Order: sequence, then structure tokens, then C-alpha cells
Amino acid sequence: MYKYDTYDQAMVDARVEEFRDQARRRLEGKLTEDQFKPLRLMNGLYLQLHAYMLRVAIPYGTLDSRQMHALADIADKYDRGYGHFTTRQNIQYNWIRLEDAADILADLAKVEMHAIQTSGNCIRNISSDHFAGAAADEVVDPRPYAELLRQWSSFHPEFSYLPRKFKIAVIASDTDRAAMRLHDIGIQIVQNDAGELGAAFYVGGGMGRTPMIAPCINDFVPLDRLVTYAEACLRVYNRYGRRDNKYKARIKILVHELGAEEYTRQVEEEFAHLLEQGVEPPFAELERIRTFFEDPLFEADASSDIDRSDPDFALWVDRNTVAHKANGYVSAVISLKPVGGIPGDATAEQMRLMADLAKDYSFDELRVMHTQNIVLPHVRKADLHALWTALDEAGLGAPNLDTVEDIIACPGLDYCSLANARSIPVAQRISERFAKTGKTETLGQLKLKISGCINACGHHHAGHIGILGVDRKGVENYQLLLGGSEAEDVSLAKITGPGFDEHGIVDAVETVTTVYEREREDGERFLDTYRRIGMNPFKEALYG
Amino acid sequence: MRLLTGNDLKTGAVIWWTGSDWSIHVEDAADVSGSEDETARREEAARRVNAPYAIDAEMLEGTPRPSHIKERVRALGPTIRPDLTLKPADPDIGNWVI
Repeated sequence: MYKYDTYDQAMVDARVEEFRDQARRRLEGKLTEDQFKPLRLMNGLYLQLHAYMLRVAIPYGTLDSRQMHALADIADKYDRGYGHFTTRQNIQYNWIRLEDAADILADLAKVEMHAIQTSGNCIRNISSDHFAGAAADEVVDPRPYAELLRQWSSFHPEFSYLPRKFKIAVIASDTDRAAMRLHDIGIQIVQNDAGELGAAFYVGGGMGRTPMIAPCINDFVPLDRLVTYAEACLRVYNRYGRRDNKYKARIKILVHELGAEEYTRQVEEEFAHLLEQGVEPPFAELERIRTFFEDPLFEADASSDIDRSDPDFALWVDRNTVAHKANGYVSAVISLKPVGGIPGDATAEQMRLMADLAKDYSFDELRVMHTQNIVLPHVRKADLHALWTALDEAGLGAPNLDTVEDIIACPGLDYCSLANARSIPVAQRISERFAKTGKTETLGQLKLKISGCINACGHHHAGHIGILGVDRKGVENYQLLLGGSEAEDVSLAKITGPGFDEHGIVDAVETVTTVYEREREDGERFLDTYRRIGMNPFKEALYG
Repeated sequence: MRLLTGNDLKTGAVIWWTGSDWSIHVEDAADVSGSEDETARREEAARRVNAPYAIDAEMLEGTPRPSHIKERVRALGPTIRPDLTLKPADPDIGNWVI
């Protein structure tokens, strides 16, 4: 994985000291909250329901064990012994003291981490495929390109005050595991018929109050022009994106209002101009970055045999491991979704265990999934039983990847000042309900996503089943949505009808799964059945 | 009744105006009807509170209960982690929030 050079380290260290001074001045009353707020947000420090919240960037979700240990230490030393992994592959701490914030940033800097650009109207943490570098179906590891874009976008003076926040995802396979087309810019590294690599640009996607799927505006940008093309996309947005209305300021609105064709024309015009300016970094820089992402030394003769005599272990293997490009290896998913648990939360002890297991079994690498789980990307099949045993003993062995129990849930009204309703208790009750009925396995792949407000941090628009919490005259109410997907078969979910209370929504989810069980044909997922039979049978069952 | 609330500048903790000081316990909160703006300005200037604002509340069994669920969650702590709330030993405290 990428290692800071002296420039990277100097930039991050300088930022820590700058923030230390800003925080000191705030505490001494030399800065008002109005003056201080944009400064703290530039360093990932929010003020949430119960305390300050710090969001730490995990570039494209990649961590090593040293970094995961540091995150655990921060949880113990400065927070309340846990952290929350988010849908943008980051981690958040919920109980931070302003007095400690600069010290935390200093501790992060020691392990090449920071919280820069995890808030504010700038280019946020670049996300990617959590199986990058391991996936059997990728044309190339997308992370060097994500890293190049991270370096380009860090402290970019032209893009520090965009009309609104800006999120970029980079993938390199036809299977989309990063919700690529629901980002402001989604980039897919592709290979043309001549075997050359290029980048397909999808621009203007997003969730939030106005969900949109990004259209492809260029299906093959040569990789030695990747940054220039991204810059052209941003420039047009920065120039014409609406600053008069926060709710219409995202690039998706600009692309929608201009039309994809006109937006593309303007981008191409700007691109031609920028090519004359020579803004592209030297290709050698990309080559330098790429050296940090070379494959680990996989054993050429690693065994593919797995002893499946323990049925619990066999179930976990079937459910939570994914094909790897190297023979004898898999990527193993550590579920942070125990039945009745809080999606995405991990205690400091669990973080340390995952770090140690990564060191022992996965070439010292971990990944954060946008679905709020953790991946050990390179595990020998021969080590799987030992790995699973250690995970299971620590409550991390839930065999539920992509099932109805593997729920994405935003922090909701339990933590978030923007939320209208609680998300986490609904997720807990649903996972408990399905675990009790024993239907989880028979329902197969069923992606359920819950947001506590219209900002959609819980990706409810993209759930096979989505739930949106709303405030109805001071009472929590939950709308049910069906038919969304964030994957390569991307689609936006539709609302079934009137909402439900906290208990009714759990019953409603069970009801729609019953319709699926009744109507499904061989091999159909919930989403497939919904797409075939449409909304009406589900509405009939829900509302009569 | 109206309550004045905000966050402690140093710690970020949720705090409530008692009439003479700030408390982390909503039970200590005083009715500030009519004086909320002046108190908020004065206390913010004194750096004792961050971003104060007034909310509606009602008296319930002798103690103030914020009218909106969001403020009740703020007053208690996350409903899904009773151990992190201000009343970790009270098994029925969730009913006060919901």
C-alpha cells in the first residue's frame, strides 16, 4: 500500500500544528464558533448530537495493521472504546473533546493518516472496490489511480470551495462493488480491444434528496490524461454549479439541468484547453505510485483444499469469502453485523484483533467496505479455519455477507444532528427477526439499507429493500422502498406507500420477503423477482 | 416551557441552563421563557457554551421533558447504547425518550 514520502508527511504534520493553533484560539475565545466551524470541518471535526465527532479518512478503504492498531488506541484513549466504520470507507469517533482533537490528529499523522477533507465543500476521500488488488475479475488494481487522484485533490486550491461536497469512486471491474454510478464522479478503469487501459467517466450520480444515476460522459479517457479529464469535469462544475441553493448545488443537478450532452460538450472544451496547459502529472508519478501496490508474494502452490467438516465454518466460508485472483487464496469478509448489533461499530479490542489477524493471515492488509464490514483481502484457504475460529470467539464470525442481516445503517437519530429518525434500532430488530425465523439463508442475497433522513448516508435509495426514517409531527416514521441497487445493475428504489412506525416497519420487511418467497422463480434474488413482477404484489400484501 | 441548551465548548457535552449555571442533566434545566435570547448571548460570549438555542419542553412528573424526540435523545444519550447514557442503570429510561 502507499507510503507517505517526505512531502506527504510534512503536509500532514503542518496541518496538525495549524489546527492545534486554531483550536487553542477557539478555546481562548479569540475565534467565534462561526469563524471556527469551517476550520474544524476542514479537519473532519463535526459537532453532533452528544459531542464532537471526528471523521478519519481511510483512502480507498485500505489500512495496514499498524494503522488499525492506532485507530483502536484512539478509541480507547480519547473516545469510549469503539469506532464506527462508515458507508464511505471511513471511521468516525462519536465522543471527542475539542481539547483532545489536535492530539488525535497528531497520533493519526504518526501512522500516515489524517482527517483532512472528510467534511466541507471539497473533494472528499476517494473510495474504491474493497476487493481491489485481490478480485479475480478486475482488469487492473484501481487503487494507484485512486491514490493519484487523492494526491491531486488534496489541498487543491481551485477545488477547496466547491459549490458542494464532491465524492469520487474508482473501480476496475464490470462488477461494481463501490456504488460507482452513485458518486459525483465514478471512474471505471477499462481495457479496450487493443489491450490498452483507459478510464470511463460517469458524472452526476448521487443519493441524497435527489437521487440520480450518473451517465457515462466518456467511455475511454487515456490513463495519461486521467487527472486532466477529472480537472475538466470539476472546472465546469465549479464554474456553473449552483451556489445559491444548497439543495441544488451538487453536480448531479448541474448535469441534469444542462443535460449530459451539453455538460459533456463543455467538459471536452475545457479538457482541450487544459491539455494545452499541461496540468497532467508526469506519467512517471503514476508509475511510482503503482510500485506501492504490487502484489504480495503469494505462494504459487497454495492449497485450495478446505476442511468443511465443521458446518458453522463451512457456512461462513460459503457466505463470507470471495474468489481471489491467486490460486489457493480468498478474500475474507469480517462481518460487523452480529445479530442485534450496531452495523459498522467495532470495539477497540475487535480492531486490535482484526489488525493482528491481518498481520498473521493477510499480508498485513485490511479494507473497509462501504457496506460497513472489514475485508482481509489475501487469505490462504489453508488458514481460513484458524482465522474463522479467532473471529468467532470475538463475536466477529457472523456468516451473513449480503444477506438480510448484513444491513447498512447510518448513525441516525441516536448520534446524528441531521437525522429525523433512528436507524440503528430498526436494523437491530430486523436482523433479530430474521435470525429468529431462520429465513436469512433461504432468502439469499438481499441488500437492506436504512437512512435516518433524506441525506441518505445509509444508501436507502440503493437497497433491494430501503428504509427511510422521517419525522411525522415529532414521531418517527419509516418509509419502505423496493428495487434499488448500487451494483452494476444500478437502479433507484421506489416508495411502496404510506410509512410505518418503528414496529410496523419490521413487520413490513418480513411481509415483502414473504411475497418474494411466494413469487420467486429458480435462481432469482429478491431484486430479480421485484423487477419481474413489479411493485403491485408487494403493495397488495402491505396495504391490502 | 422553554429550555436553553447547547454544547460544552471544551468537551462537546450536551448541557442545560439551570438559571445560574450549566448542567449535563436535563432535570436541572430551568424555564427560560422570555429570557432565552439574552441568556444565550451572554453565556456564549463567556465561552461557557457552544451554539446555544432554546427548545420547547413540558413538565413530566416534576422534571422537564423536551417536546421533540431529538432533544430527548440529546438529553439522555444514544438509545442503542444504554451503557453510554446518563442513566445506565435505569432499565426503563428508553420509555422516557420514546
